[in-house]
Amino acid sequence: MNKSMCTQRRSLIKSAAAATAASTLSMPAFVRAQSDAIRFGHLTPRTGFLGPLGEYAVMAADLAVEEINAAGGVMGRKLEILKEDSVNPQTASTKAERMIERDKVACIIGEISSASALTIAQVSARTRTLFVNTGANSDALRGSNCNKFMFHVESQNSMYVKTCGRSLQQQGLVRGKKWFSLTADYAFGHDLLKVAKRFMEGNGGNFAADKLVPTDLTDFSAMLIEIRNAKPDLVVSNLAGNQITNFLKQYAEFGLNFPVAGFGFDTALAWAAGADNFGGTWPVVWHHLIDTPNSKRFVANFTKKYGKPPENQAWGDYLAVKIFAQSMNELKTTDSAKLIDHWEKGAKFDVMKTREGYFRKSDHQLMHEMYTVQAIGKGSKNRWDIFKSSAPVPGPGESLEVIATTAEENECKLG
Amino acid sequence: MSTLFLQQIANGLLDGVYYLLIALGLSLIFSLGGIVNLAHGAFYAVGAYLTILISPYVGFGGSLIIAPGLVALLGILIERTLFQRFYRADPILSLLLTFGLALVAEQLLRMIFGAPPLSYSIPTWLRGQVFLGDFIYSRYRVTLIVIAAVCVLGLWLLLNKTAFGRVVRAGVQNPDMVGALGISLKPYMMAVAAIGIGLAGLAGVLLAPIYSIHPAMGQEIITPAFVVVVIGGLGSFWGVVTAAILVGLVKGVTIGLGYSQFSTAVIYLMMLVVLLFRPRGLFGERIQRFE
Repeated sequence: MNKSMCTQRRSLIKSAAAATAASTLSMPAFVRAQSDAIRFGHLTPRTGFLGPLGEYAVMAADLAVEEINAAGGVMGRKLEILKEDSVNPQTASTKAERMIERDKVACIIGEISSASALTIAQVSARTRTLFVNTGANSDALRGSNCNKFMFHVESQNSMYVKTCGRSLQQQGLVRGKKWFSLTADYAFGHDLLKVAKRFMEGNGGNFAADKLVPTDLTDFSAMLIEIRNAKPDLVVSNLAGNQITNFLKQYAEFGLNFPVAGFGFDTALAWAAGADNFGGTWPVVWHHLIDTPNSKRFVANFTKKYGKPPENQAWGDYLAVKIFAQSMNELKTTDSAKLIDHWEKGAKFDVMKTREGYFRKSDHQLMHEMYTVQAIGKGSKNRWDIFKSSAPVPGPGESLEVIATTAEENECKLG
Repeated sequence: MSTLFLQQIANGLLDGVYYLLIALGLSLIFSLGGIVNLAHGAFYAVGAYLTILISPYVGFGGSLIIAPGLVALLGILIERTLFQRFYRADPILSLLLTFGLALVAEQLLRMIFGAPPLSYSIPTWLRGQVFLGDFIYSRYRVTLIVIAAVCVLGLWLLLNKTAFGRVVRAGVQNPDMVGALGISLKPYMMAVAAIGIGLAGLAGVLLAPIYSIHPAMGQEIITPAFVVVVIGGLGSFWGVVTAAILVGLVKGVTIGLGYSQFSTAVIYLMMLVVLLFRPRGLFGERIQRFE
């Protein structure tokens, strides 16, 4: 037995050596090209209920890489991006591990699901590789689950709630008012509901009812009957993905006319509902109608390449790739520790809005302006421009941090 | 009982009808061919996407006839090229085939129409609400239920009152005997596949205005439709109809009692109970060759 193992091992070594020799001999160009390029890993859901948004993320990341390479790459080297479907938390972490250990990516960008972002963050902390979250919203990721190697371009739930909340306060829909909320029954929804309740308690409103909705519920007729009976002052959606579209379509179908607002939102879902059905007040990190030169250029380039305007998820992934490239070029390194140090010191970035953004040191959340959009309804110019935007929130004189979690609200313990 | 609770019961009774068109086709194709068609949801999705494509030219009314017709033709094509090879094979093979088919169809829709969901609204002439006392219902859904009821009735008449139906029912019980009597089941299989798949296409057209239209929409509907078939009993026409109504009712009652978070879990629980105590389903017939 010993002998056979020995022989086996020897032949194994031989063939491995032969294979290595063969590959170095026959493909030197390929190997060199690989070591020359700088690689980013991109992980985001491409299938499942977040898949439609993930598609925008991928298109935007590709566009950013194209533009960076056209402008000379990263530290004079070509930028390559490895893209994979993150599928679910387990698969996401396996793929992140493989990208870091086998493919030697310099960083990981992406994600939309808060659960998958958490498992990727654990891999990134263990391997000391930077991960920039571009689409997962839960406060817990920036709070109890925060870590040194994870930064967030996507806004946290608190920022969404406080941004939309301001608009609702201006419309007189908060103090002394009854809300009826529908919440997606999983981690993201629960987190959002918690933040929404905190906002309501702090601002003198209350809940007529808060209903948890299974994530596979497609028909809202029963919920609409409950809403009609409760006669709330405002219907609040803490739903996610296609459920928002279903809800909007059926809300219009049943002709209910209580005002609607939501705390989680993606423009693709409003486009899917269509101008006829889209209604209410919703918060966004970014949208395609923002009137700044860089935002317009991004929209124009994206539309030219893909034949349709980008939605807010595209902004996150485009920006994250650009921020990495810019910082690596400035610091002339891909070293995670140096990048973290640079970002924690408050490096400013053009985030395609009226003010520059920066990562807050205490929880690595990008501080930037947000917007609320309001449905125009009938009379929309085309199928994309179906809402009008608020001015940036916070306003010009305010600190960008007023919409984020306060020191008391945040449980993050970063050095 | 409060009027709200009564409203939930009324709404629940109607709610299950949306799964009915899918469930009936599934049951029909299974009982005659022995194929559990996991791709049935894909045909529903194709129906919805076709509506978006053709309704600018033929209107929603035209789509209601043309789209299911096209889906039925697609069904015939699939039946002739794929399904018919598996009628006598181990069921696991057809399960794998249709599972693969569902994945291929979903990815094709993604490649052709893109991953983001597409918009489609209720045609203007069908918008509005109807009120029965305090009970509110959408006018569109009334139309939907009338169309579904006509289809169910038509299918029942076809299966029970015509020569065609007699052969199909005989084929379900004993295909060898039908063969021995000199009747080839081939055209009947094809017709049944066309009807079953066409109904899924029709469901796609009918639900396109009120549900989100995206490549994975077939997966969303296939699971509850299966639950309906399993509860009702494979091969039983009225079993499936009863189960569809029952599933909606139980869902409505759960929401009416204030447990909205369990409103989909409860139908799976119901399936579990039925499988434990009546594995053949509520009205499941004894089909010799599946025993």
